[in-house]
Amino acid sequence: MAPADSATPLPEIALALSGLSVAYGGMPVVEAATARFPAGSMTAIIGPNGAGKSTLLKAALGLVPALAGEVRAFGQPVARALPRIAYVPQRAAVDWDFPARVIDVVQMGLYRQTGPLGRLTPDLRARAEQSLADLGMADFAQRQIGALSGGQQQRVFLARALAQQGDLIVLDEPFAGVDAATEAAIIAVLHGLRARGRTVIAVHHDLSTVPAYFDRVLLLNRRVIAEGPTSTTFHRDRVAEAYGNQLLTAIPA
Amino acid sequence: MLAEFLALTLPPMLIATLASLVCALPGNVLLLRRQAMLGDAMSHVVLPGIVAAFLLTGSASGPVMLGGALAAAALSALMIEAIRRTTRADPVAAMGVTFTTLFATGVLLLEVSGASAVHLDVEHALYGNLEGLIWLDGTGWAALADPAALAGLPVELPALAAALAAMALAFALIWRPLVIATFDEGFAASLGIPTRLISAGLTGLTALAAVSAFAAVGSILTIAMLICPPAAARLLTDSLPRQVVLSLVIAAASAILGTLAAGYLPPALGLGFTVSAAGSIATLSGLFLGLAATFGPRRHAPGHPAGRRSGPSV
Amino acid sequence: MTETLLQALFFQAGYNAALVSLGAALLGLAAGAVGAFTTLRRRALVSDAMAHATLPGIGLAFLAMAALGGDGRALPGLLAGAALSAALGLILLQALSSRTRLPEDAATGAILSAFYGAGIVILTVIQNVGIGRPAGLEGFLLGSTAGMLRADALLIALGGALLLGLLASLRRPLAMTAFDPVHARMMGIDTRSTDLMLLLMTLACVLLGLRVVGLILIVALLITPALAARLWSDRIGIVALLAGLIGAAAGHVGAALSLALPDLPTGPAIILLAFAAFVMSALLAPGRGLLSRLRRAHARPGV
Repeated sequence: MAPADSATPLPEIALALSGLSVAYGGMPVVEAATARFPAGSMTAIIGPNGAGKSTLLKAALGLVPALAGEVRAFGQPVARALPRIAYVPQRAAVDWDFPARVIDVVQMGLYRQTGPLGRLTPDLRARAEQSLADLGMADFAQRQIGALSGGQQQRVFLARALAQQGDLIVLDEPFAGVDAATEAAIIAVLHGLRARGRTVIAVHHDLSTVPAYFDRVLLLNRRVIAEGPTSTTFHRDRVAEAYGNQLLTAIPA
Repeated sequence: MLAEFLALTLPPMLIATLASLVCALPGNVLLLRRQAMLGDAMSHVVLPGIVAAFLLTGSASGPVMLGGALAAAALSALMIEAIRRTTRADPVAAMGVTFTTLFATGVLLLEVSGASAVHLDVEHALYGNLEGLIWLDGTGWAALADPAALAGLPVELPALAAALAAMALAFALIWRPLVIATFDEGFAASLGIPTRLISAGLTGLTALAAVSAFAAVGSILTIAMLICPPAAARLLTDSLPRQVVLSLVIAAASAILGTLAAGYLPPALGLGFTVSAAGSIATLSGLFLGLAATFGPRRHAPGHPAGRRSGPSV
Repeated sequence: MTETLLQALFFQAGYNAALVSLGAALLGLAAGAVGAFTTLRRRALVSDAMAHATLPGIGLAFLAMAALGGDGRALPGLLAGAALSAALGLILLQALSSRTRLPEDAATGAILSAFYGAGIVILTVIQNVGIGRPAGLEGFLLGSTAGMLRADALLIALGGALLLGLLASLRRPLAMTAFDPVHARMMGIDTRSTDLMLLLMTLACVLLGLRVVGLILIVALLITPALAARLWSDRIGIVALLAGLIGAAAGHVGAALSLALPDLPTGPAIILLAFAAFVMSALLAPGRGLLSRLRRAHARPGV
């Protein structure tokens, strides 16, 4: 199949969830979530703690089993589209004392090209180094990953995702616990990706930066409360509904 | 028949029961602290402690062995911490390196020094010596009231009874802070509970259990009794006091039925020999756990029928 | 004795002895390298349970082979029995930790002790029925090279070599699954099969190590070289290679020692040599070693 042609006039849907439900141990975590993420958009998934944000992402990518519902990416069942998707998990999910250098982790993003035995060609090596450079981490290539700060670790994870050259980048709380410089570097890279027609979906916590960073929002509290362009969807009433009507001050009225 | 029971079956049965109770008690706390491995480690570390103490003092008396074992337990705690700090490895791996190394040292010390005279050879360390703990004076019911005959009881019996009493007393004294520190260490510290001291105390009590049980029943039964009865009891109840009581019941039942099965089951099947009592008790405790895991009313965590597998974070 | 030791170290103590110490070296190489991944994937404890769970199978295989009129001590038969009972132990362990609320460490300890206890019962049966010559079976507890057959040594050496080849071809998915299983799945790696392969390779190391190191201490040959090697390098491939070399040296020298001193139990000797390598690494390794940290601590005030 030919890769998606960016000149296609119809707005392609990068990711479409319909009726996605996830239960964990008999307790519903996500209920009948339906949402569409147009190609070239950048969406924040927001909602209170326990709203099922991470679970929604993981279920959409088939990383946790869904109870019901369907997920399609680029018009295909998501399992078949996985090679076009890059996922950036939460930083805390891995052992940072693992014996690996920064460049080793980024090269893990090239596994679909190398497979278990294939050689890392000079082209692929250059791709990994460029991804690292895009995040301002070129000088750290030979460092042990445990020697990095939290923000640097997050940049390495994003560099690994860049090396995958996916059309859809899914991030789970990319700004949690990172310094301001890293946040700026990451957002610049993500905006660059969007400018090149890639799709970005991120779980996000800081409501004050939503309008500046994202062009679309999905408000989640087990159910989808609202989804749409930030300008029309990110409003006090809707957000208050998602957050269980707690008082919010950071949101435009 | 009665004389045979009194002389050959009753003493091993009582000793096995006491050893099982001594181990099951601290096992309850190890289970809740996810430190089941500590019991495994301690039961291996006891061997080099006993052997080294014998080689240094020339004595194989109870206090010397206990001292050696506690010293080895302390040494192993230091080694584990040092390895963790140097390698930043998984604590379980650090523990594995420590107890295999110390156990290997114990075996080599035994073989090289010819200390097998301690009536503690490698075989006893592995299988225990329950069958050898007999009461030759147990010739009839009258012997139970005869001080001279009672003096001939295996020395392990009063020693284990004393260890069990000490263990029960220690747990009664530290029970409340121990439970709080096990549930929430940070909270316990905020109440002024010395959590590090409590942890060290638990390690010490585990070592006491391991060394008291070790000489009589061997390392295998020690591990089994530290882990299986509390684990089975955990699947039967959500109440901690009930869990402790049930674990003691299961430990005693394993010991009594296991000793009887080892001594009487093969002859009943027409075989002219008996099998290892320690092994059969350990097997039985595993079967009890299997029953609890299949039918226990509290075998699942609430709301998580699939158990404690890593689930999605929400 | 020194002469025998030197001969054994340099493969000059006769063809059989050379095969035995070559077998031990290849076993150490495979166990060290596989163990680097086992340890990183946090399966050290499970491999200990697996090792202890082989005992009932060894005993039953012995009984079965002796009852059929064969040599109860035939290594391939004993290893087949060991593999079956370890697999049963693993299945029960999986059921206990996934279907009940018990934490994995307790489930592992329970399987370890119950299977080992059952194995001891079966060993006492064997001692009593007086069929065949059971003397060799205790060697499976703490390892012994005494009376090892040429074919056994060859089996261990070949098994170790095959295992190394398999490990080399799976190193990338193994490393990615150990570092970040979620990302590995996103990259199209079947992490369940990868974990299963790692478990099977670990089991193979345990089985090959039963005769030489013994089931009580074989776990140390998986983890101690791995922790020592970790101190020298930050790269998984190099860590696995170094762990293999440390395991090979410990296996070879330990086997040579026990050939020279027949009373010396082989397993403890090998394990203590591996630990000696760990201590050396903890002192000397650049970066993480004690000396280099002391030097840095000294250098700092002057800078």
